[in-house]
Amino acid sequence: MGFFFETLIGGLMAGMLYSLVALGFVLIFKASGVFNFAQGAMVLFAALAMARLSVWIPECLGIDGRVLGNTLAFVVAGALMFVVAWLVERFVLRHLVNQEGATLLMATLGVAYVLEGVGTSVFGTEVYKIDVGMPKDPVLILEGSFEGGLLINKEDFVAALVAALLVALLALFFQKTSTGRALRAVADDHQAAQSIGIPLGRIWVIVWFVAGLVALVAGIIWGSKLGVQFSLATVALRALPVVILGGLTSVPGAIIGGLIIGVGEKLSEVYLGPYIGGGIEIWFSYQLALVFLLFRPQGLFGEKIIDRV
Amino acid sequence: MNAGGEVVLDLQKVSLSFGGVKALTEISFDVREREIRAIIGPNGAGKSSMLNVINGVYRPQQGEIVLRGQRFTRMTPYKAARAGMSRTFQNIALFRGMSVLDNIMAGRNLRIASNLFQQAIWWGPARREELAHRERVEQIIDFLEIQHVRKTPVGRLPYGLQKRVDLGRALAMEPSILLLDEPMAGMNVEEKQDMCRFILDVNDQLGTTIVLIEHDMGVVMDISDRVVVLDYGRKIGDGIPDDVRANPEVISAYLGATH
Amino acid sequence: MLYRENGQFKTTYAADQQTFPIAQDRWAILAILAFAFLGVPLFVDEYLLRAILIPFLILSLAALGVNILVGYCGQITLGAGAFMAVGAYAAYNFHIRIEGLPLLLTLLFGGVAAALVGIVFGIPSLRVRGLYLAVATLAAQFLTDWVFLRVPWFTNYSSSGSVSVANLQILGWQIAEPIDKYLFCLSWLTVFALLAKNMTRCAAGRQWMAIRDMDVAAEVIGIRPMVAKLSAFAVSSFFVGIAGALWGFVHLASWEPAAFSVDRSFQLLFMVIIGGLGSIMGSFFGAAFIVVLPIALNQFLPALGRLLGVTVSTAGVAHAELIVFGVLIVFFLIKEPHGLARLWSTGKEKLRLWPFPH
Repeated sequence: MGFFFETLIGGLMAGMLYSLVALGFVLIFKASGVFNFAQGAMVLFAALAMARLSVWIPECLGIDGRVLGNTLAFVVAGALMFVVAWLVERFVLRHLVNQEGATLLMATLGVAYVLEGVGTSVFGTEVYKIDVGMPKDPVLILEGSFEGGLLINKEDFVAALVAALLVALLALFFQKTSTGRALRAVADDHQAAQSIGIPLGRIWVIVWFVAGLVALVAGIIWGSKLGVQFSLATVALRALPVVILGGLTSVPGAIIGGLIIGVGEKLSEVYLGPYIGGGIEIWFSYQLALVFLLFRPQGLFGEKIIDRV
Repeated sequence: MNAGGEVVLDLQKVSLSFGGVKALTEISFDVREREIRAIIGPNGAGKSSMLNVINGVYRPQQGEIVLRGQRFTRMTPYKAARAGMSRTFQNIALFRGMSVLDNIMAGRNLRIASNLFQQAIWWGPARREELAHRERVEQIIDFLEIQHVRKTPVGRLPYGLQKRVDLGRALAMEPSILLLDEPMAGMNVEEKQDMCRFILDVNDQLGTTIVLIEHDMGVVMDISDRVVVLDYGRKIGDGIPDDVRANPEVISAYLGATH
Repeated sequence: MLYRENGQFKTTYAADQQTFPIAQDRWAILAILAFAFLGVPLFVDEYLLRAILIPFLILSLAALGVNILVGYCGQITLGAGAFMAVGAYAAYNFHIRIEGLPLLLTLLFGGVAAALVGIVFGIPSLRVRGLYLAVATLAAQFLTDWVFLRVPWFTNYSSSGSVSVANLQILGWQIAEPIDKYLFCLSWLTVFALLAKNMTRCAAGRQWMAIRDMDVAAEVIGIRPMVAKLSAFAVSSFFVGIAGALWGFVHLASWEPAAFSVDRSFQLLFMVIIGGLGSIMGSFFGAAFIVVLPIALNQFLPALGRLLGVTVSTAGVAHAELIVFGVLIVFFLIKEPHGLARLWSTGKEKLRLWPFPH
């Protein structure tokens, strides 16, 4: 029983990281109708920037102290994500207003390539650690309920807390601010939103910037757990089934979808894997998404039936 | 004007709603062989919904469609096409990436007998068939006077010509019943006259039964044999143009209000 | 002055419905084919064949397949690599399990297997489209990746996980030297390009394009979406599957599932975007472009670096390649959504009028 719960919690933790990436997808889709394939590349880019800057900045300025160095690195990396958002709007989205979803999707594939290329040529291709001082030591919990208790990383708790905070902030941002309302209007209809005076370009910059920040947070958590490397870019592919499952337009959907996929992957790997061969993680989630596409295309929490034939 | 044929299309108590909104309420009317039957009514009266029900784009919650004695509770566009119905669209639904010729050739789809393998090889049955259909399509192109644009992608054509291509595609199916959704909407007088001429010629020369929706009262009264009047999804009048024009309910709902 | 159709009056519809209605086009195609079959073998070296020409031919075939689905039928796919894999592994299994099966049939069966799998994974297209469909096709990609990696039966219990074929021959013709491989692939491509051209200008092509442009209207004129979409998936996967089988048998000779990864799928999609969606010619342009670009960058960037006094590492070249690819994709989507093929036809249009454009 203890083992089952440990697997479950491991799955939840992995799922939370998917959720964060999926959240980036959902934000951009809600506000621009763009299915952003570059989200994974953004996570990679942000994480690389964070990892390298947290070393370079203290070196250059001659400051000591991890907290100050990390804070500065975070600010600069955040600024970089803003630049990325601005460039994407200026050179890509602006020229593709009211194009079909598929065209926009392919354009973001192009953006992903550029980000990966620039990221790796500027920041390097090795495996880097991000050290933001997350507690590493494992703790035992619920010793009373199970024999031997459950072995949990403190780090995972902190990460979960950060993720929850982020989601709460985003929900507030969408529901309570006028920018959030404008974002939702833009998502409904580009031209209509423009005609009532919503500055489309600025909205897109904002939402890509927010998605960039989400990517940065996801990158930091991922990087401090597993290190930053090129393969991080493929995390977008892992998170795709999550958004299908949760519904492309739903923030809670992204979170819960991520958790379901995370848990499903781990449990299927552990309990199903031995019978049909290992490494089923990736396709398992995709087949799950496929089933959803066939029977409930709008996902668990999607607002409406979009793009149905 | 040939109003006396037998009933080919009979709608029986058709009701359609979207969510809670009733678009059509228990509408019944019939269409006779070789007649021009118009459906008129103010905006939002349910005219387009009516047409969409007839050829199966929308599925009514209640009611039946009887087509040449055959009952359809679940009509689909494909079944309608098979049964010899074709239609045009109010806001032109042409295949924008294809040439005029290809658009009209596409209308011959149900008459294509060669299979994919034969088409891939081209020489043989597929070629013979393509040429035969091309011949037929060229007659339609001649009839609609669009020879000069036959190889132009339809996206590049002006509105009036696109409407003609839309009609051409419907005619290519050699339908026994032709449904026209506002064939003259957005046209200038000259284009309207041309379109009227085409409709009357089709009816006259090919003996095609025509059901049309139209806004332009003058045109409708001139060319149609019988008229159905809808208002708020209900039928408020049905009969020959003169009777309909004299019907007080119709006058108050439609004629009186707008003319 | 040379390229014009003045005076070529067509007196029958048959003449107007030819594959290439303009006489100059007919001659040009014949000349290119003659050059490819007879001229090229006279001067190419092995490097050119192995690194450029053979990959170009096979990927052109795959791009043709992808273009039928994406360009003509409007169904986006990110899983073309999966169907290449199915073609390759199915052909491999026919090859080793059926003694004495002729090579031609082996490859064709590979294509048929891919077509069947294509139909299965095309079923979601009846329910969803656009980006949702893209995700569904990714499901095919990841499933096949896994199957060919983890299910040992498909690789005939090979311990390394890679499979290999040797001793290819047709009617005594040994396909061993690069020049033989080149001619072999060229023959396939020629035949299949012709088949594709025929299908796309016949009823089938009109059905696909009708579904792409306006599916409601297509149904109204009696096109069944299911038939049109699934036939596009089948034909497309058949082409891609045969390309996969050729890639494995002829180009690589020994391969692992990684040869048909999701990167390959993206690559094929880019080929048709850059080359031109809905254009047979565009598939060739796209394939040529994507095969040649990395090689050209490999030559060009270090040279440029030397000129500027910096050394460009191979890793640097790889990164630059990514950036150039990305920029080009965005560029084409914005500036020329119809790709190189449109540039080509605009050029031809100008040439027709030259030198009197008014």
